[in-house]
Amino acid sequence: MALSRLNCFSSRSANLLKTLSSAISLRRPISTDTTPIIVETSVPFTSHQCEAPSRSVETNPKELLTFFRDMALMRRMEIAADSLYKAKLIRGFCHLYDGQEAVAVGMEAAITKKDCIITAYRDHCTFVARGGTLLEVFAELMGRQAGCSRGKGGSMHFYKKDSNFYGGHGIVGAQVPLGCGLAFAQKYSKDENVSFALYGDGAANQGQLFEALNISALWDLPAILVCENNHYGMGTAEWRAAKSPAYYKRGDYVPGLKVDGMDALAVKQACKFAKEHALKNGPIILEMDTYRYHGHSMSDPGSTYRTRDEISGVRQERDPIERIRKLILSHDLATEKDLKDIEKEVRKEVDDAIAQAKLFVDT
Amino acid sequence: MLAIIRQTVSNGASRNRPAFYASRSYSAAVKEMTVREALNSALDEEMSADPKVFLIGEEVGEYQGAYKISKGLLEKYGLERVRDTPITEAGFAGIGVGAAYYGLRPVVEFMTFNFSMQAIDHIINSAAKSNYMSAGQLSVPIVFRGPNGAAAGVGAQHSQCYASWYGSCPGLKVLVPYSSEDARGLLKAAIRDPDPVVFLENELLYGESFPVSEEALDSEFCLPIGKAKIEREGKDVTIIAFSKMVGYALKAADMLAKEAISVEVINLRSIRPLDRATINASVRKTNRLVTVEEGFPQNGVGAEICASVVEESFGFLDAPVERIAAADVPMPYAANLERMAVPQVEDMVRAAKRTCYRSV
Repeated sequence: MALSRLNCFSSRSANLLKTLSSAISLRRPISTDTTPIIVETSVPFTSHQCEAPSRSVETNPKELLTFFRDMALMRRMEIAADSLYKAKLIRGFCHLYDGQEAVAVGMEAAITKKDCIITAYRDHCTFVARGGTLLEVFAELMGRQAGCSRGKGGSMHFYKKDSNFYGGHGIVGAQVPLGCGLAFAQKYSKDENVSFALYGDGAANQGQLFEALNISALWDLPAILVCENNHYGMGTAEWRAAKSPAYYKRGDYVPGLKVDGMDALAVKQACKFAKEHALKNGPIILEMDTYRYHGHSMSDPGSTYRTRDEISGVRQERDPIERIRKLILSHDLATEKDLKDIEKEVRKEVDDAIAQAKLFVDT
Repeated sequence: MLAIIRQTVSNGASRNRPAFYASRSYSAAVKEMTVREALNSALDEEMSADPKVFLIGEEVGEYQGAYKISKGLLEKYGLERVRDTPITEAGFAGIGVGAAYYGLRPVVEFMTFNFSMQAIDHIINSAAKSNYMSAGQLSVPIVFRGPNGAAAGVGAQHSQCYASWYGSCPGLKVLVPYSSEDARGLLKAAIRDPDPVVFLENELLYGESFPVSEEALDSEFCLPIGKAKIEREGKDVTIIAFSKMVGYALKAADMLAKEAISVEVINLRSIRPLDRATINASVRKTNRLVTVEEGFPQNGVGAEICASVVEESFGFLDAPVERIAAADVPMPYAANLERMAVPQVEDMVRAAKRTCYRSV
């Protein structure tokens, strides 16, 4: 709190005072600091059949730090899963989410655990965002009883019913009618909560999606369809699969919003907007413009249908963790060392969880 | 006691009705009810008892049900609980399953089970397997119901029996009522069940009347899932059937009785779980088996029953198992061809005689 007032001073005196205040512990630790900060999203929202929300997003040091830590944890977790898969400790399918962390984290910041989320098979990070532990993730991936599905589900079938996370589905597109069903049940029960049904650009062409959307619109269900558009449905680029890859417009009579899915604050703003909309007016589509660094799954190198330049370009220009790091640093909320320490902590947490998971016998 | 009276009236066999039982009466005549009325009353009672139960499907509301099974329910329970859907099975079946995930108790009607193929991914992958895949976190208390099997003259795409398709899937319960009591007791049990149930009715049975006991009229009446019913006791050969074929089997039993062959007729009531205990106990008693189904022969219900008997009661068989099923052909339209494509009573009589090594 004292720090933000000091920002008006020259940077030299600010630094001096910062050093002094941290020495005397006048500065409130950023982990609890909820002083509002206004940040502009990377790009304005594009809307279809509705008015776009403002691109000025209110956040605070605590939230930004949480975003950074959570996304760093997710990133480390997915990279560790990659190694475990190559070591043959994870079998079958393993679809990694690294690059897309901002969607999971931004969404969670806008909603409560009483709102429902359902997604497809790229579900590890969504599970963690809903409160799942690293041990549950790694134990499940390695087929141990300590896994969230006691080893019976595997990578594609993580669930956390007590946080209203309904999986974890392997059949492309099936989760969308299921998510609309959750919304139906919420409305039937007069719950005043919403359901988010996440799907990819590949699933966006599924017929059952339009069937469910039609019913949701007819019955005014509080359903939010979120297209995580990472631009590739397995090896097929969006322009080869969709006549119209403007997924936020594909709802026709259903309003839509296009969002920079690599910007956690834009995601948060969009989800907040969508929740208010859905409770009053029925279904809405959010298209998150995002990117996955890995291939479709661990069986796919991910470089036969896209160039390494493209992948490294996105990593350089749009990485969601780097974006938050820059924000934190530019607002003087923490030092580079602070953030590096967090990354080290998170790495240790992941390593510890893996070690712990390995202690359990196979299911 | 009531069972004896029930059996006497329903199959018209010449059994001595003990005078003592005949004199006892709750009403002057035994109450009769059509299968349609039985299903309607079961739905009504379950919706009344539990506000979480709701009905969705095509024409279930304003049209009063394509086959009038849901007659009066929209008026009684309102638009929130009786929902007409567009003709989008994949969509509304998925929505039903999602509602079940959240804790509601949907009854999803397919106008016929032929259309369930459009939604089969939701029945199998979203509903049946979820309890297992989530290690018990998700339970899916949904009922998928509707007419199954052949009607009359509706052609190949509208006549298939799905008992063996759904019966092979772990995580599903598959029920096949025959009489009105079956319909009431099994549908009520299905709606109360915490797991997904595929409830296979039969269009041609909807209008058929059966006597129902006082017990069956009670609003708490449920039949156990996974228990077959011995419709008629016998000692020479067992005929196992389900749904409409039970009626045919009973007629075949009458005809065979005239030739001094005593037939035991088993009404399966449940394809999954299959009542292997009752099936095998009967075969161990009679030593001869005829299975009857309306569906296609290959990989059918009869094949499973035969395998079960061979596994558990091989030494008791005095003759090879006879399997009666539909002809291995898409259902033709012309009446004479259709008659040849589905099992008839004469087929069952001949099969039973074959197991007895009698000339047919």
